[in-house]
Amino acid sequence: MTKEDRLEAKNPSEKFLRMDRIPHIWCPGCGIGTVVTSFNEALKKSKIDLDDVVVVSGIGCTGRVAGYVKLDSFHSTHGRAIPFATGLKLANPNLNVVVFSGDGDIFGIGGNHFIHAARRNMDITVICVNNFNYAMTGGQVAATTPIGANASTAPYGNFEFSFSLPYLAEAAGATYVARWTALHLRRVTKSIQEALAKPGFSLIEVITPCVTLYARRNRLGDGLNLLKYYYDKSVIEHGADTRTLDISYQGKLVVGKFIDKEKPTFLHAMNEHMTKILGDKFVKYGE
Amino acid sequence: MKKVKADPKGVLTGSHYLDGDYAIAEGGLAAGCRFFAGYPITPSTETAERFAERIPSVGGVFIQMEDELASITALIGAAWGGKKSMTVTSGPGFSLMMENIGLACMMETPLVIANVQRGGPSTGLPTLTGQQDMMQAKWGSHGDYEIIALSPDSPQECFDLTIEAFNLSEIYRVPVFVMTDECVGHMHEKVVIPPAEEIEVVERKWYEGPKDKYLPYKLDKDGIPFMVKAGDGYRFHTTGLTHDERGYPVINAECQAETIPRLSDKITDNADKIIMLEEDQIDNAEIVVISYGITSRVSIRAVQLARKAGMKIGTLRLKTVWPFPEKRIKQLAKKIKAFVVPEINYGQVVLEVERCAAGKAGTYHVPHMGGWVHDPNDILNVIKEAAK
Amino acid sequence: MVYFGNIKPIKGKVHIEKNRCKGCAFCVEYCPKDVLEMSEEFNVKGYHPPFVKDEDACVYCQLCESICPEFAIFVTIKEEEEEGEKGESRP
Ligand code: SF4
Ligand code: SF4
Ligand code: SF4
Repeated sequence: MTKEDRLEAKNPSEKFLRMDRIPHIWCPGCGIGTVVTSFNEALKKSKIDLDDVVVVSGIGCTGRVAGYVKLDSFHSTHGRAIPFATGLKLANPNLNVVVFSGDGDIFGIGGNHFIHAARRNMDITVICVNNFNYAMTGGQVAATTPIGANASTAPYGNFEFSFSLPYLAEAAGATYVARWTALHLRRVTKSIQEALAKPGFSLIEVITPCVTLYARRNRLGDGLNLLKYYYDKSVIEHGADTRTLDISYQGKLVVGKFIDKEKPTFLHAMNEHMTKILGDKFVKYGE
Repeated sequence: MKKVKADPKGVLTGSHYLDGDYAIAEGGLAAGCRFFAGYPITPSTETAERFAERIPSVGGVFIQMEDELASITALIGAAWGGKKSMTVTSGPGFSLMMENIGLACMMETPLVIANVQRGGPSTGLPTLTGQQDMMQAKWGSHGDYEIIALSPDSPQECFDLTIEAFNLSEIYRVPVFVMTDECVGHMHEKVVIPPAEEIEVVERKWYEGPKDKYLPYKLDKDGIPFMVKAGDGYRFHTTGLTHDERGYPVINAECQAETIPRLSDKITDNADKIIMLEEDQIDNAEIVVISYGITSRVSIRAVQLARKAGMKIGTLRLKTVWPFPEKRIKQLAKKIKAFVVPEINYGQVVLEVERCAAGKAGTYHVPHMGGWVHDPNDILNVIKEAAK
Repeated sequence: MVYFGNIKPIKGKVHIEKNRCKGCAFCVEYCPKDVLEMSEEFNVKGYHPPFVKDEDACVYCQLCESICPEFAIFVTIKEEEEEGEKGESRP
């Protein structure tokens, strides 16, 4: 670094990131880094002890997040971030466990784990960066690809129906569900803050540009264009019926906080139930 | 290695009439296992059931996961969360666990998996016995690594060896398999559980140095890195990618060349300490019958008959199957005429015996396709053939 | 008469870590006050980083910091300010 480049102040991100691993591997114009900044901001604002926060990722472009955050962090296998997080949370209930991964990872190969963790109301926060395709492997069609969009394994356009993540999450039992685009910086931050504070299973879907693959293949311009495009297409409808949240190719994107409700978590329910049935014989766990 | 006395909360001291599956659960609890994640599968389910019943009054968590992929991964998470953790399964579930067994090896995570084997492949013989996953235990996940596999031949040994499995997994930071089978799993026998103060359990190799100096994969003198748990302020990272001392991914041939051999060497270099064998009348034997698990008990009859007929038969029972007792078998091969290896499969561990015998002694397999144990006469006939 | 209305006390500074930038222009596009502009120069990685073109116009809203996917630009504020600072109407 030349003298002129040397900075007189410290980058506030340094508190949250493994600077010895930056620059990250993400493409120029990729939105994942922006979502990470929103996450860092949420950590800062929520004032929780960073020693108690754990990030678990699966495999994929977003799966690399675990490697960059300066927290206890685990880069697990494809699709398995949620059961990994479940083990961590149950082993040490004091932890604030965050799963940070992509749509292919969480809802493609790992979909079964998602619905079951939501059903049990496992107290974890899932941040899903949805870029509508399998990016790390070269832009293949995903469970989230809208009908009509192009992907390397759907060269004539996708004709499969896709998941609506908030609808799926609500149906499975999640207690907090929000969707934003990456450009909704402060709203993403706020949702993450709320989810971190929420005892229960939370999903924050962040629609994020994949500039190198999804944007290029679908002629949606560069990262800047796509970031703006998603933002412009979005309409905020807090509390919207999750049955109405399907994403169509180039259609409007309903964003907002859809679900925020109270329900006992897995551990809470276990402790209550066992106390009721077993009385003194039960050794309360983690409370 | 720090040995402590077992936590009495998990130890059901006394004489019990238990099946092997239950004894595995009791062994786990006695060893300090406080996290169990599993998925029902015959003939192993009773272990999970026992755990579900017992854990609420011991203090810990039982969770029935959505599948075996989730079970094994939750175990890895729980181990990094600071708990001793275990699961139980059988063939199809074992197959589903394979990818994340690789993750456990790569992240060097201590945990225990019991496999109550049944006949395969595929759904095979869900309710009937087999010893067909022995090679899978060693080779099932992709890439090069070593694991430890023990094979109990009775409910008592299910209890004893499950404790041993936990201890080995903590010493070497590796998944350890308790490879039993349907017969032993469902066999009821007397199981004596000693008082807690007579049970030695190995504590995790916790790091105790300064926080900012911690490197998750910096080797200690014994070649095994120290461990910490999530939430203790170390802010560490670990990954299934090939990684350096810091746990950071390094995707190149050099780092691979440094990492991979040590995952295997930490086991093979310590094989002498890990391997448990039971030998009988081996000193002037001409034929040595090598067996493990339920087949060892069936072999006893064949060996008795052969000895009665005046043959010099020794027996070698593998309580540890992996790492394989190469050294001992190589020694014996120089002195004896032949090995006879009965096992309930179409030829697995016998291949290792043959490799170690290296033509210096004959190797005879006594296969059984599963569903039932050998007829002792079938083993006897092969012994006779080997003696010719 | 001296008019102070347009004179803004210095409350902060925009820092750009040029060599970390990948030239995506997110910051330039979304700065509500058009403070930033992409430069012609190349950084070590061959990207064009932004530069502060009009420091006086900056309202230190930190939006550039929040949007940068490379953690390459950040703002330091000298005085603590109320939340809901100007410029927050944008994303
Ligand atoms: S491939 Fe797409 S998602 Fe992956 S880093 Fe590049 S732009 Fe981002
Ligand atoms: S702080 Fe706000 S006004 Fe100043 S350069 Fe950044 S985005 Fe523009
Ligand atoms: S947002 Fe960051 S990476 Fe993009 S041009 Fe600005 S400083 Fe560079």
